[in-house]
Amino acid sequence: MQKAIADALLPIGALAAALLLFGVFVWFGGTNPVEMWALLFKGAFGDWYSWQNTLTRAAPLMLTALCVALPARAGLVIIGGEGALVLGGLAAAALPYMVSVPHNAVGTAVLCVAGFAAGAAWIALAGALRQFRGVNETISSLLLVYVAIALFKQLVEGPMRDPSTLNKPSTRALAEGLRIGGMAGSDVHWGLTMGVVACLLMGTWLTWSARGFALRVVGGNLRAAQLVGLPATSLILLACALGGGSAGLAGAIEVAAVHTNANASLIAGYGYAGILVSFIARHNPVAIIAVAILFGGFGAAGSLLQRRLGLPDASVQVLQGMAFVLILASEALRGADWHAAGAKFWKSAQRVDSRPHVSSPI
Amino acid sequence: MSPEMTSDVLLPFMAAIVGGALRVGVPFLFVSLGECLTEKAGRINLGLEGVLVLSAVAGFGGSYLTGSPWLGVLAAASAGALLGLLHGLLCSLPRVNDVATGIALMLLGTGLAFYLGKPLIQPQATPLPPIALGAWSDSSVLQAALQINPLLPVGVAMAVLMQWGFSRTRWGLLVRLAGDSAPATKALGYSTAGIRITATAAGGAIAGLGGASLSLFYPGSWNEGISSGQGLIAVALVIFARWSPMRCVGAALLFGGAGAIGPALQSIGISQGYYLFGALPYVLTLVILVITCRPGRVAQGSPGELTLTR
Repeated sequence: MQKAIADALLPIGALAAALLLFGVFVWFGGTNPVEMWALLFKGAFGDWYSWQNTLTRAAPLMLTALCVALPARAGLVIIGGEGALVLGGLAAAALPYMVSVPHNAVGTAVLCVAGFAAGAAWIALAGALRQFRGVNETISSLLLVYVAIALFKQLVEGPMRDPSTLNKPSTRALAEGLRIGGMAGSDVHWGLTMGVVACLLMGTWLTWSARGFALRVVGGNLRAAQLVGLPATSLILLACALGGGSAGLAGAIEVAAVHTNANASLIAGYGYAGILVSFIARHNPVAIIAVAILFGGFGAAGSLLQRRLGLPDASVQVLQGMAFVLILASEALRGADWHAAGAKFWKSAQRVDSRPHVSSPI
Repeated sequence: MSPEMTSDVLLPFMAAIVGGALRVGVPFLFVSLGECLTEKAGRINLGLEGVLVLSAVAGFGGSYLTGSPWLGVLAAASAGALLGLLHGLLCSLPRVNDVATGIALMLLGTGLAFYLGKPLIQPQATPLPPIALGAWSDSSVLQAALQINPLLPVGVAMAVLMQWGFSRTRWGLLVRLAGDSAPATKALGYSTAGIRITATAAGGAIAGLGGASLSLFYPGSWNEGISSGQGLIAVALVIFARWSPMRCVGAALLFGGAGAIGPALQSIGISQGYYLFGALPYVLTLVILVITCRPGRVAQGSPGELTLTR
């Protein structure tokens, strides 16, 4: 427990430093930083309305972060979650074109499965290229993002385009019965539940199941895993498929709950933000929930800062950037031996005192 | 071939592709040269997208405020150098992941650019004066296609200089030494971290010139959608060019030209596959990787310290 608190202290300190730095930044632009901090909190977590906005934004972040975390636990750095998300959304929107789906919860579940499968296949491809051909998975997953976006645009603006969408090419809207609605009358859709459940499930699986343990062994020491006969390749592919599937599910949820059809608004960078969420949560699926809610909150507060203080809408992006950079940099201090550092400092201070003694040769 | 598909269709088509390669290829060229220098020193910078967008706004703002596009170019290079320096410094800290830092700086750079660039969306800055390479031709299409970005010759010269420098100068050898073996660098008494930080900052400055070509030449204005991921893909371009600055020129023109196939086909009335043609270079890079890579072997020409290709 003590270790968990100590682990959390460092990123919290870095976050406070980022808020302070951002305060100085807006102060240069003539904005009162105290007012900005108050509004930031109010817009993110101040009332029920803000919470709804925050949680809605956190849902896709949790799932795209899993796309980084699971492969990372198996020793892979995947940065192509955006591609899996885009294809997942495309698959969910495309399914009603191909087969007739019942317009009820079963149909919605089928769309989500389609999104999951598309994302899983996409990232598993990157994993397979690495395992069988030795192609670096970071590069191939990044390249696959561009291919996925091209496929998406080609289909959405071509054969799948709803002719009535003139300015913003989109697919046909999903039937009312297929959409994902709010939970208990709120604006927070069921995608949040799916995100939280996915994170908890993956966390439990990694920690308590034999396969999850084997996966962590593969990620920790591949040679040892091979020596004890663990099926490294199939475990790595499984991690990639589960991660990619999560990001694909995020795309399907965004389509079914937020946009109601597939259009270019789906390509909003959730995949890239998920990379940072996962790194800050140190690839721990349960910690991802908290980090995703925090950064969802920053996003939610953006419009309030814009309306009340006249700050540009990109200001929260600056804040997020500062927070991410400082939290990642704070890793350098992790496990630092403060006692040794203090002793060293003390010693050097004493050396300064004694200098006149030593340097008096003449 | 139908009788219409003659020179009066073929010429605009080819001109559109060549023109596209020359216009769109320039930002690709600078980000790939910047990334090449960074990777030769053993670091990877995924944050060049942030560098590109931030330097685009710096270049535009510089030109708008001073009236001189060349001062804008200088501002763009400085902005790129600063962001590159930040990346270099951060990655030199222990336990700091370079991939995540790159993505974080991409977010920070684009955020800062959008924040600072808000008042610059409306005004017009003085653009870079084009070089009319097509003056010899009577065809107006060809003349328009051969309006060259004045930074293109700068980029090509820089590629030649880098190619020569990597093999023939003390500085170039030091960069390659740091990229190939950190222990050897240390044994010779040089600071690996120092060399890498310098190379990353210089790489950022070079990539900044790509930002200036976006906002001061083509498209020649500032808006939030100015880059379509050209900075992020620099990593793939460098692999495509197998860490050779001269091959970066070819790779950049190829990526730029492939992006122009869709619009060029559309200009002669073929609209099928508009986006798929744009994705061709990425597929091609992937195919080349699949063909040339082998499990457990480092990619050919790759700096030895580069974790990304191990």
